[in-house]
Amino acid sequence: MIAADLAIMIPEIILAIFAMAGLLMAVYTTKDGMAPALTFGTAIVLVIVAFYIGVTGEGTRIAFDGMFVDDAFARFAKVTILLSAAAVLVVGQDYMQKNNLLRFEYPMLVVLAVIGMMVMVSAGDLIALYMGLELQSLALYVVAALRRDSVKSTEAGLKYFVLGALSSGLLLYGASLVYGFAGTTGFAGIIDATAGGDVSIGLLLGLVFVTAGLAFKVSAAPFHMWTPDVYEGAPTAITALFATAPKVAAMALFARVVHDAFGNAVGDWQQIVAFLAVFSMFLGSIAAIGQTDIKRLMAYSSIAHMGFALMGLASGTAQGVEAMLIYMAIYVTMNIGAFAFIMTMEKDGRHITTISSLASFSSRQPAKAMALLLLMFSLAGVPPLLGFFGKYAVLWAAIEADMIWLAVAGVIASVIGAYYYLRIVYLMYFGEDREGLDGRMTLAPFVALMAAAIIMLAGIVNLFGIEGLAEAAAQTLVN
Amino acid sequence: MGIADLSFWAFAITLITGGLFTVVARNPVHSVLWLILSFLSAAGLFVLIGAEFVAMLLIIVYVGAVAVLFLFVVMMLDVDFAALKAEMATYVPVAGLIGIVLLMQLGIAFGNWQFSEGIEGRLGNPTPSLDVAHNTQALGLILYDRYFLLFQLAGLILLVAMVGAIVLTLRHRVDVKRQDVVAQMMRDPKKAMELKDVKPGQGL
Repeated sequence: MIAADLAIMIPEIILAIFAMAGLLMAVYTTKDGMAPALTFGTAIVLVIVAFYIGVTGEGTRIAFDGMFVDDAFARFAKVTILLSAAAVLVVGQDYMQKNNLLRFEYPMLVVLAVIGMMVMVSAGDLIALYMGLELQSLALYVVAALRRDSVKSTEAGLKYFVLGALSSGLLLYGASLVYGFAGTTGFAGIIDATAGGDVSIGLLLGLVFVTAGLAFKVSAAPFHMWTPDVYEGAPTAITALFATAPKVAAMALFARVVHDAFGNAVGDWQQIVAFLAVFSMFLGSIAAIGQTDIKRLMAYSSIAHMGFALMGLASGTAQGVEAMLIYMAIYVTMNIGAFAFIMTMEKDGRHITTISSLASFSSRQPAKAMALLLLMFSLAGVPPLLGFFGKYAVLWAAIEADMIWLAVAGVIASVIGAYYYLRIVYLMYFGEDREGLDGRMTLAPFVALMAAAIIMLAGIVNLFGIEGLAEAAAQTLVN
Repeated sequence: MGIADLSFWAFAITLITGGLFTVVARNPVHSVLWLILSFLSAAGLFVLIGAEFVAMLLIIVYVGAVAVLFLFVVMMLDVDFAALKAEMATYVPVAGLIGIVLLMQLGIAFGNWQFSEGIEGRLGNPTPSLDVAHNTQALGLILYDRYFLLFQLAGLILLVAMVGAIVLTLRHRVDVKRQDVVAQMMRDPKKAMELKDVKPGQGL
């Protein structure tokens, strides 16, 4: 019995063994001297596992009495997580090396975090959900504080840790209330318990607490307070990681919990998620306007984007989940490109992140400025770039679900949000000519920046076919 | 009132008193000692309901390791608890308000707690009854069988915790002289010291 269960978990097991073997190997050889090779090797392994999952996976398989679910939805999220984590590792390697942060534990902690994310998106039980969440979070707390001689990085790690622990507490408390009502922690049992549509106040409170805990992990307002500080304080390559893979994992987990466990109480969680979506979109768009640091700006931008992704979820339909998956895939691609640029922002050999340093950047580096322009337009959702199609999908899902007010709020928020993306473009092209950035980009970030920009243009033909995959994934989750 | 009832009340009252004084004690070392007292009374309660394994776990792990660690941290770190408390005092009104709102919500929820329909079927008993397997055996059975996945994941979490602690604290300092036994033994006395014949009144 256990062999069959373990066979379903082969990708996770491979990664776990790789992480442990990598740690041992580096400890017994040259320690941090191994780090560059190990980082690159990790990226390759992540890509291979992603291909393995994408190619061999089919159907819905359930392991360990429903604790672990391998279905099309989980596979879509896992492939996105693995590829984005691999991209961040490769792109961030130069930055880490230059700042003397490339320690051999870094790629291994990322692998362990990725295992946590994979368990999260496959969770079919409240306990498995919590285990995956903690595995992911704990590894991320550590990498946030990786630059331990900097007060800001340490503060970022500590803040993330304390607030993360608080949110885990909320989530656990909610889970215990849900267990008290349903008598089981398995999602299949919980959805059974609510089959009659009777939702007691106890279950409702549990649902609210669980949602609040998950909202913290996706950094949706009003649980977003940690995001700007952590994004600013963590080393930029780590910030790039925070902005991509964990967001996909948490969002997919969110979708799985509300549909797999609370699929019979759609009306109850719908209003909570809709509130989170509206609040995040407006807060992210408005608070970003006054920012002077580009990492803080990206933090607020990610809050706003999470609001849009939650809008897809709030519609409570398969179409909404599909829109959310497409949105997350596009968001991750845009962010990898944008952070590939931010990582290489340098002046006189020092890494700087002020927005004003971008002034008249186009006159010195026209190609890079053009790529950044495309990414910023795409983040703002300007048609005909790819970011527009992501926003279009979630707005359409909200309209189809008769939530027109939500769609209208989304459009208004996106117009407000466009201002600060356009301000960056304005600065680059029409800003006062001053001494600005003079750093050179190495190959990996340059390729990532250009590739992301090209994808924003080329993807509009058929979204690279992810639409069909996302649709299939959403169908398995919502039935 | 039987002896079991009497011990229940004794343990319960000690537990609550211990918990209360953990919070209100001025001296943090006293707080930890009160905490240990509440752990011990909780262990007593576990024994009363027949969960002797959990009781022993509580004493060995919490009293034996965690609380002692607390004690070390409190005594060795120079934390100014009075200043911390003063800073906390400014947030008391807001925190109190949130607490009252939460308490009221929970009151509503627990006031007429409803179980879902057909909960008996879902509840089930994951462990065999006490006649078949004693506590330790029953826990082992579900931990390594039914909850195998969760057990292994917990192992990975502990690995991350360990790696994280090392990453964040271990420093290889270069300015510290370390003992190298091999180098010491291979040292050639002829090269290590030199005898100089200093003539009186001349110096080197």
